[in-house]
Amino acid sequence: MPEITFREAITQGLAEAIETDQNVFIMGEDIGEYGGAYSVTKGFLEKYGDKRVKDTPISEAAFVGAGVGAASVGLRPIVELMSISFSLVAFDQIVNMAANLRYMSGGQIKVPMVIRAPTGAGVQLGATHSQSFETWLAEVPGMYCACPSNPSDALGLLRTSIKSDNPVIFAEHSHLYGARGEVSDDYYEIPFGKARIDRTGDDLTLVSYGFGVRVLQEAADALAAEGIDAEIIDLRSLSPVDFDTVVASVQKTGRAVMLDTARKTGGIMSEIVSEVQERAMDWLDGPIMRVGAKDVPWPYNRGLEQDILPDADDVVEATRRLISV
Amino acid sequence: MQRARLDRAPSAPISFGIESKFEFTLRNAQFIALHGIDLCARIESFRVMEQAEKPRVSTTGIVRPAFTESTPVSPSTNGYNVKAAATLSNDLDNAELVRMYRLMVLIRRFEETCGQHYSLGNVRGFLHLYIGQEATGIGAISALEPRDYIVTHYRDHGHAIARGLDTNRIMAEMFGKRTGLSKGKGGSMHIFDAAKHFMGGHAIVGAQLPLAAGIALAQQYQDTDVVTMVFFGDGATNQGTFHETLNLASVWQLPIIFFMENNLYGMGSAVGRVRHRGADFSDAMGAYDVDVISVDGMDVVAVREATQAAVDRVRAQGSPIFIEAKTFRFVGHSFADPGDQYRERSEVDLWRRRDPLETYPQRLLDFGVASQAELDDIAASVDAEIDAAVEFATNSSDPDLSEAFDDVYA
Ligand SMILES: Cc1ncc(C[n+]2csc(CCOP(=O)(O)OP(=O)(O)O)c2C)c(N)n1
Ligand SMILES: [Mg+2]
Repeated sequence: MPEITFREAITQGLAEAIETDQNVFIMGEDIGEYGGAYSVTKGFLEKYGDKRVKDTPISEAAFVGAGVGAASVGLRPIVELMSISFSLVAFDQIVNMAANLRYMSGGQIKVPMVIRAPTGAGVQLGATHSQSFETWLAEVPGMYCACPSNPSDALGLLRTSIKSDNPVIFAEHSHLYGARGEVSDDYYEIPFGKARIDRTGDDLTLVSYGFGVRVLQEAADALAAEGIDAEIIDLRSLSPVDFDTVVASVQKTGRAVMLDTARKTGGIMSEIVSEVQERAMDWLDGPIMRVGAKDVPWPYNRGLEQDILPDADDVVEATRRLISV
Repeated sequence: MQRARLDRAPSAPISFGIESKFEFTLRNAQFIALHGIDLCARIESFRVMEQAEKPRVSTTGIVRPAFTESTPVSPSTNGYNVKAAATLSNDLDNAELVRMYRLMVLIRRFEETCGQHYSLGNVRGFLHLYIGQEATGIGAISALEPRDYIVTHYRDHGHAIARGLDTNRIMAEMFGKRTGLSKGKGGSMHIFDAAKHFMGGHAIVGAQLPLAAGIALAQQYQDTDVVTMVFFGDGATNQGTFHETLNLASVWQLPIIFFMENNLYGMGSAVGRVRHRGADFSDAMGAYDVDVISVDGMDVVAVREATQAAVDRVRAQGSPIFIEAKTFRFVGHSFADPGDQYRERSEVDLWRRRDPLETYPQRLLDFGVASQAELDDIAASVDAEIDAAVEFATNSSDPDLSEAFDDVYA
């Protein structure tokens, strides 16, 4: 199996879709001439032409909405936002239009559309460019939300997203673009709502998604040195959530620490905790712990930002508190 | 169908065939005088329009209704000296003129009936009636082909009926029944019939504009000659999506008609109070190089002909056009609004004198297009259709509670 980057996996998924389905086109700011803010679509304009690769004005509401319209009559647009923080400008089109159209038309309309967006903090972009609104969007029914943590999942989930007849938020943590991993040459898809057990363990269940999985891997290594055998669950999609896999793991380990890379308050892990305690209370040997970003706007200063960001130490620390209970 | 690409210098206007040798006329001068609304500052004088001149669309896009200075305006003729014209329309045959009348009565009765059932508690939520604006929607939509797309806002029943959606199923949707077009899950503001290319019913002001641009983009992408028409109000022009979508449509040369129903108020906000240029939209699209047609929205024939000219051009050339129809809602913004707080009784009365339900049948009679007996028959058949729709809605069942979980995902 070849090793490629997360970025290359997404590039491959997009190229594949453009080449195999005439109804697929991609649009976004600077995806064509410029090659994409994160170079995901480099060379696409030359290769596929401006019908399939559309540069848009800086008009998120208009071009996200146009994607919804095109999808509603049979095309399969893939729309790129430069940052998931900019989804706010198009939130109405995403939530009120893309996600609700089908329901409020009594099932008459399908919106097969993917909205790709880089997400996450950690590169000192300050408050307006560092947010992780996949956790907000994951709550919206009528839409799916995929958050890959590695190249193989990125490709498999992207294929599923593009084939889905529903709108999909595809959140790509910006720290991951350069991450390498093996990707099968054989065609595969990864369904939504199917978590991945990243590593097995008997003492503790760690849960996150996207870049959070990397943080958990580091934490698990540290915990292993202390003799704690952690299981890591990568949710892969925040909507739907694979509660079954998490519950089964907690029933085995009796302990859990859950990590949001978004702000802790309102993070998706509060939902997971709630469901797990309802379904696995009798198996729990202590409270389910949560780790997340601190509840302030993202600061620019590196020291401050790193302090706000949850890291492996925070996960280890939460685990120690849990075990001491 | 291959579309001729619109290749033109930004400043070179497109001719609709008739160059203006007339000054713009503004039949609403009395209205302006009364209300101090700067409708169209450039339009100063009334001039005689030759009846033979068609289409009544100029390069600057102002549609000039037939009008003579010398003859006093008769309230029964929709404001125009129809006697001076040889025919009611050069383009439309009598059957079509009568069909438009039936739609007009149907919409009016439908809306009145919705109002009654709102009071009875059968229709709930926000109810925005189209009473007063019928001529606009009918004139606009009847110029479209079945393959064309329509996107509209929450004041959507009139458009839905003009498009020929099943009145039973619209009424059932109003009643929230499972036989409604959206299975009772959309309601008054969210009427959809995808099979008829009626793509909603959207209740966030201005949100439907990008959606419509996307539908138009899909037509360009698939190389069809299908036109997308999007309706919105004067209030919606203050939304960012309006400006963003105009720019997008112009940059991408999308085959779309922006159809603004300028009823002079967005809820209680007079357009002159909340829009920098007031009610004058005549050159509002200059920044986007989109041509403007302005038409009397109380005259169904004028709207039809102006829209037809626009549709023909968009179909052939695939570039956007903006149509403004000046119209008025006789009732409150929604059922929650009595409609008398923010406008004078006299203003409403003035417009009511131009009620298309009064003036249009009179014109049909004057021109010998239909007899009184024929008009009466139409009214009777409409009553029967509305009664049937109410019965259908009443007898339909509510959705099963489990149906709340249907149609969330495809
Ligand atoms: C984004 C948004 N803001 C406010 C409203 C509340 N609202 C509904 S209709 C309306 C007035 C719109 O006026 P206009 O566009 O002129 O259309 P009209 O109702 O006159 O047909 C307002 C403020 C809304 N539905 N959506
Ligand atoms: Mg209005």
